[in-house]
Amino acid sequence: MAAGSTIDALGQFELHPVLGGLGQSLRFSQSPVMMIVASALVLAFLYVGMRPAAVVPGRLQSAAEICYDFIYNMAVDTIGAEGRAFFPFVFTLFFFILAGNYLGLLPFSFAFTSHVAVTLALALLVFVLSVVVSLKVQGAKFFAHFMPAGAPVALAPLLVPIEILSFLSRPVSLSIRLFANMVAGHVMLEMFAAFTIMLAGLGLVGDVLAVGPVVINIALMALELLVGALQAYVFAILTCIYLREAVAH
Amino acid sequence: MGKDPDSSRESFDRRLRQAQDRHKPDRATQPKAAGGDMSDLGIVLRAGTEMVSALVVGVAIGWGLDRWLGYRPAFLILFTFLGGAAGVLNVWRLVRPQDTPGDKPGP
Repeated sequence: MAAGSTIDALGQFELHPVLGGLGQSLRFSQSPVMMIVASALVLAFLYVGMRPAAVVPGRLQSAAEICYDFIYNMAVDTIGAEGRAFFPFVFTLFFFILAGNYLGLLPFSFAFTSHVAVTLALALLVFVLSVVVSLKVQGAKFFAHFMPAGAPVALAPLLVPIEILSFLSRPVSLSIRLFANMVAGHVMLEMFAAFTIMLAGLGLVGDVLAVGPVVINIALMALELLVGALQAYVFAILTCIYLREAVAH
Repeated sequence: MGKDPDSSRESFDRRLRQAQDRHKPDRATQPKAAGGDMSDLGIVLRAGTEMVSALVVGVAIGWGLDRWLGYRPAFLILFTFLGGAAGVLNVWRLVRPQDTPGDKPGP
């Protein structure tokens, strides 16, 4: 991508039609391909992992059970007993994002979580779900939350808009956080990879110096593995927190 | 391995109990500690975006109202300040002491 002496750090996020003419006519780009791959990987992991259904689990089954337990505990600890109803949703969300983040780190791959359209759609899904659950559980009392309890009524014209803005900022912060982290990580990887190529073009001295960016990229890859898991975790835990506030009376 | 000579049944049970006792508190605290670390790191990463996103929403609403009602730039100015205040509120909700069940956050 970074050909010659220019750094094209954002070119990696461009969408191209794949699968030839069929993909061209369906506007089918790498992003939905990676989404399908991510979903299939998670499903295959759970299916293959749980197929033995052994009392003493093997490695893969242990991993699948740990994943299940991790999200189950997160959902039930955060939301409460009602969290069991939302556990499949949170589980799907967490592993879809995690698989997307990690698949994006493979060479020739594409991180679909680096597009704000994708993350905003996921965040709006969470937001709309939490509003619907709130209205169903709390009814009209839901709107009473926009006025902080115990505040003087005279301040309502100031406090209510602030509360509403704070509420509306949830899907924005949820989507921007994930998208910005993924974009930043991939841009950094691309930049240092381009430095390597540029330095390697300088002859013997450059060949030696070019090792530096490679070392940095190895460290960045480790950082990206952390960020990918952490962002999926943050997305899932915030979903749980919003749903807890929705089911609380 | 050949260090303890009395490997009778009784001593094995005793050592097993000791080992279990040794591991019990560890097992109880481990998930909590790991979760705490993870969410601490999560809070650090959240704080910045919480603040910015509220401001973004405020500016967007102000700009939209201006476009709709034609009071440019009155609503933009008003909602920029409200958005900033909402951002501070978001961060405060993130970092405030959690052991106050009395004041519930927003909806």
